[in-house]
Amino acid sequence: MAPERRNSPRIDPPFASPSYQSTALRAPSRPLLRLPYGPTELSGPPVEALTAGRTLVNPSDLTRQHAGEPLGERIIVGGRVLDGEGRPLPGTLVEVWQANACGRYVHRSDQHQAPLDPNFTGSGFCVTDAEGRFRFVTIKPGAYPWKNHPNAWRPAHIHFSLFGRNFSQRLITQMYFPGDPLLAVDPIYQSIPEPFARNLLVARFDFSQTVPEWALGYSFDITLGGRT
Amino acid sequence: MSGEVRSAAQTIGPFFEFALPWPDGPHAVAPGTPGAFWIEGRLLDGAGAPIDDGMIETWQLGPPGIRGFARSATDAEGRYAILTVKPVSIAGGGGMVHAPHLAVSVFARGLLKRAATRIYFPDEEAANAADATLMIVGDDAVRATLMAASSERGYRFDIRMQGRGATVFFDV
Repeated sequence: MAPERRNSPRIDPPFASPSYQSTALRAPSRPLLRLPYGPTELSGPPVEALTAGRTLVNPSDLTRQHAGEPLGERIIVGGRVLDGEGRPLPGTLVEVWQANACGRYVHRSDQHQAPLDPNFTGSGFCVTDAEGRFRFVTIKPGAYPWKNHPNAWRPAHIHFSLFGRNFSQRLITQMYFPGDPLLAVDPIYQSIPEPFARNLLVARFDFSQTVPEWALGYSFDITLGGRT
Repeated sequence: MSGEVRSAAQTIGPFFEFALPWPDGPHAVAPGTPGAFWIEGRLLDGAGAPIDDGMIETWQLGPPGIRGFARSATDAEGRYAILTVKPVSIAGGGGMVHAPHLAVSVFARGLLKRAATRIYFPDEEAANAADATLMIVGDDAVRATLMAASSERGYRFDIRMQGRGATVFFDV
């Protein structure tokens, strides 16, 4: 039987991370209890149940959800979803969301003084294929300021939400871009304890996914915890 | 070292509401399902203030034929609501049972990773007394943080991240 890959002190950020100020009143105060995996943790909804009833147009191509083309640098983000044994997870939902090229989200409480793009929402999803692969076409998101500390800026990132096979594998994370100078000073990225684990969240520039005359490609593989 | 290659979690952040919720999301069962009820409550921070940019997901194994998954963003008062029916009791080993429960994921700005907990039902005393997980929890006051309360529309279940009555979360 495959091992249970739970929270790891080397990989997962601690709940309480003082340099990320919002954790102060939100980090759970009780110590976590180790939960033996039971039928609930080792089951999950079928992917059809998670995609039925959604009305998003062209969910895996975020550049074709409106009448016109969004502004910014068109990119392709592709990769695989794997379990802890390195096995691909086919037929699993991958949800993404992000800011536009100017670093502005389509969200009522985003007050950043940067323009919205009428041709870009920044929301998508897809289901992995038989090899566990996903592929999104989107726009490279911009960095944006936040209020965590004076002159705080989030590095460019795309949010990822993954389900895997079951409840134990559920993961929400962020994908970053290689060479971003803001990574070194971002309290959220830096909350990940070990450098190797931080690096796993940085996409790799990938010529093999680049489409000539059209879009640059990035590779991003995601390895889920829990137990398949 | 085995088990150490894995993608780290990162916060859901404050700006997911245009992307993750969908109209049918809060419905673990279709509206109109016989016996359906709401589980609703508030997500509260360590100062007792509502967390108005959180997301609650629930998963339950059965009864057969239902979706069993629900997703609800919290509103300005920190409220979430999901529509479901009571899950079934499942026999475990050694005379234990898995009492009817929902597995819960809590996501929010300020939570760098998922906080996982469970919702149990107060009117399942016999099953709860034989539930292996509740037994691990031990202390009655802590166990009480996993117990929903009956309400007019179904059940009420508040989630407190810190302080008096803080919810117990699990390492999943």
